[in-house]
Amino acid sequence: MQISEDMVRQVIMDILGAAQGSAPKANGSSDAPPPLSFRELGTAKVGTDRNEVVVGVPPAFGKAMTKTIVDIPHSDVLKEVFAGIEEEGLKPRLVRVTRSADVGAIAHDAAVLSGSGIGIGILCRGTSVIHQRDLQILQNLELFPQSPLIDRSVFRAIGRNAAKYAKGEQPNPVPTRNDPMARPRYQGLAALLHNKETQYVKLGAPTVELAL
Amino acid sequence: MAKRQKRFEVLADRPVNKDGFIKEWVDVGLVAMDSPNDPKPSIKIQNGVVVELDGKRRDDFDMIDYAIADYCVDKRVAEEAMAVDSLKFARMMVDINVPRAELVRLAVGFTPAKVVSVLRELNVVELMMAMQKMRTRKQPMNQAHVTNVKDSAPLLAADAAEAAYRGFAEIETTVGIARYAPMNALALLVGGQVGRPGVLSQCAVEEAAELNMGMRGLTSYAETVSVYGTEQVFIDGDDTPWSKFFLASAYASRGLKMRYTSGTGSEVLMGYAEGKSMLYLEVRCIMVTKGAGVQGLQNGSISCIGVPGAVPAGIRTVLAENLATVLMNLEVASGNDQTFTHSIERNTARMLMQFLPGTDFIFSGYAAEPNYDNMFAGSTHDVDDYDDYLVLQRDLQVDGGLKPVTEAGVIEVRNKAARALQAVFEEVGLPPITDDEVERATYAHGSKEMGDRNVPEDLRGIDGFMKRGSTGLDVVRALAKRGFRDVAEAVLEMQKAKVAGDYLQTSAVFDDKFNVISSINHPNDYEGPGTGYRLTGERWELLKNIPQAIDAEQI
Repeated sequence: MQISEDMVRQVIMDILGAAQGSAPKANGSSDAPPPLSFRELGTAKVGTDRNEVVVGVPPAFGKAMTKTIVDIPHSDVLKEVFAGIEEEGLKPRLVRVTRSADVGAIAHDAAVLSGSGIGIGILCRGTSVIHQRDLQILQNLELFPQSPLIDRSVFRAIGRNAAKYAKGEQPNPVPTRNDPMARPRYQGLAALLHNKETQYVKLGAPTVELAL
Repeated sequence: MAKRQKRFEVLADRPVNKDGFIKEWVDVGLVAMDSPNDPKPSIKIQNGVVVELDGKRRDDFDMIDYAIADYCVDKRVAEEAMAVDSLKFARMMVDINVPRAELVRLAVGFTPAKVVSVLRELNVVELMMAMQKMRTRKQPMNQAHVTNVKDSAPLLAADAAEAAYRGFAEIETTVGIARYAPMNALALLVGGQVGRPGVLSQCAVEEAAELNMGMRGLTSYAETVSVYGTEQVFIDGDDTPWSKFFLASAYASRGLKMRYTSGTGSEVLMGYAEGKSMLYLEVRCIMVTKGAGVQGLQNGSISCIGVPGAVPAGIRTVLAENLATVLMNLEVASGNDQTFTHSIERNTARMLMQFLPGTDFIFSGYAAEPNYDNMFAGSTHDVDDYDDYLVLQRDLQVDGGLKPVTEAGVIEVRNKAARALQAVFEEVGLPPITDDEVERATYAHGSKEMGDRNVPEDLRGIDGFMKRGSTGLDVVRALAKRGFRDVAEAVLEMQKAKVAGDYLQTSAVFDDKFNVISSINHPNDYEGPGTGYRLTGERWELLKNIPQAIDAEQI
C-alpha cells in the first residue's frame, strides 16, 4: 500500500475525531451552537478609514445557521478572522450582505464598502474569499473553495493576510489545502447547506452594518 | 448508542461510509431525474417560431429557453417528433431494428422536457444499450489528465508521452500556478507527439488565455467552456448563452476543435436550480450546446459528481445525461474524471456505465499521473490503476481505449519526450531543463521524485516567450534543428490540421498518420449483434496480450 500525505492527514483527522469521542459528523445535527446576538445598524456605508478590513457574511450566518460544515461555531469564525486582522494592527468591520449567497459577490461587496478596498466574504459553511474592490467579482486575491479544510488557523490566517493586503503588502498566500476525498464526503452536503443559505437571500436588498 | 452490534461497527468503518449521502429535497432541486417541478413536454410553433416551450409562453422565456427554442429545436421535425409517445421512443432507442439515424433525425425536434421524459423510461442496462447504439464515433476512446503539483515541465512532457503511448487519444493539462499555462501546454504538445503522433492536447485555464494558446498553436483543442441550466447560475458565472456562442465561434474560426462542458448538480450546488431535477437542467445545457453549433460536450456531472453521487439514482442519471448528449448527435466526453467515492466498488461500478457500452471518450480525464499530482482535484482512476483497467478490458473483451505496454517502451518515450522538451527550451530561450531533470522525469512515479524548479525564473521565461509572440512554428524549428525531426514533423502536422479544419467534425481525433477519425468518416453503425464496433482481430490480439500473462510455450 502506498501512503500518501492525504492518507496520513486523514488518519490524523480520524484519530483526533476519535479522541474527542466522535467522528467528524454532518452539519445540521441538533447540537448547533446558539445564534449570535447581532445588532443591526442600518444600511452599510462606504468606509473612509484606510485601516479597516470589511468582513461580509450572508443572510443566514450566525442566525439560521451557526456553524461551518466541519462544526466550527460562527462565533469562533469571526473571533479568528477579527484576531487575524487585529494582529496586523488593522480594524475589522462586519456587514451582512443580503442580496446574495455567492461568496465572490459577498466578498466583493465587502471590499467595495471597505475604506482600504479589501474585503473578506465568508459563507455559513466556511467557504471564503479575500477580495479587492477594483477586481472583477469572479476574480479574487485569495480563494478558499474547500470548506471542510478550513479550520480555525486558516480563518485567522485569512484575516491576517487580508490586513496585509490592506496595508499594501504582498503577503505569501495562505497555503492552499487540497483533499480529493472532500468531494465524495461533503459535496452533496455542501449543496444542501448552500440551498438552505440561499433561501434567506433577498435579491436587491441593501447590505446591513452589524455590531456584535 | 449504548452497546454496538459488532457487524455494524465494521460496516461503519467501510470506505463507502465515508461518502456523503443525502435524501432528496425536491423544493430546491436536490433530486436526480424526476422532480414534480419539472415541466411537462409541449411545443407550439407559429410561422416558424417557437411560441411555447414545455408549457412556457415565449413572453415568459428566460435566455436559455430562447437559445434552445431559436437555435436548437429543429422546427421542421418538432411537431412530428413531439407527437411520438415518450415510452415508444425509449423503446426505439434500445430496438436494434430502429437505426441510429432515425432517432437522431427526430431528437432535434424535442424539447428538454421531452428528452427527460424519454430517459426516465430507461433503466441502466437499457441506457447502456442505447449508448452503444447512439455513440457518434464507431470506436470508443479515452482522454487523460496530465498535470503535476509542481508544474514540472519535464515531468509533464514525460507523462504526456506515456499517456499518448498507452493509447489516450486526447490529453488535457491544467496548472497549479496560473502563469505556468503556456509552459504546460508546450510540454504536452512536445511530449504528446513523442508518445504517439496525432494525439490532441489542451490546457484548461481561464478562457482568454486558453484561446490565445490555441491560436498560437500550443494546444490543439479546448473543452473547459462551461454552460449552465438556469439563468441565475449563468449570470453568477458572468456569462450568457450568447457569450458562450461567441467563444465557440472564436475557436471554430481559428480551426481549433472545441467542446463545451456541463454536468448535473452544478445548478443546485450554486443554489439556483429552481426546484428542477438535475437531469432536466442538464438537458437544457446539452440543447444550448447543440444550438451553439458546437460539435461536442464534456458531461457526466464532472466536478459536481459529489452531488448526484449523494442522491438516489444519481449515477443512473449521469449515464442518462451522457446518452442525451449523443442523442443530440454530439461527441461526448463522459466524465469519470473526478474523485467520486472512497469505495473502490462504487468507483468501478460508476465507470462501467460508460466503459461497457463505450463512449467517444470514456474518461474525460483519466489521471495519467498519481492522483496526488492531479490538479483537477483528483480523478476516479490514476496511473496505479492501469493494470486493473487493462485486465478489465481483457476479462470482458471490451475496448476501453488503452493498450498494454512494456516498461522498456515507456522508459524510451518518457526519456525522449523530456530530452525533446529540453532541446526546445534551450532553443526558444526558456530556463534550462537539466540532464538530472530528464533522468528523474524518465523514471519518476510522480512529482515527489522531481526537484524544485526556480519558479520566478520559469515565470519570467514564460512571459518573455509569450511577449516575443512565439508560436508552434518556433517549436517545430527548434525540434528540427536539434535532431528531433520526427517530433518536429508531428508538431508541424498539428499546425497544418488547423488550416485544413477537418478535425472540427464531430468526435474527431487523429490516428498516428494524421488521418482524421470522426463520426463523419467512421460513424457508429451499431444495429445489434454482428454490427458496430467489435473488439476483434489485430486490436483484440493487442489488448489481450498483457505482459503478465503466462505463455505455455515458455514453460
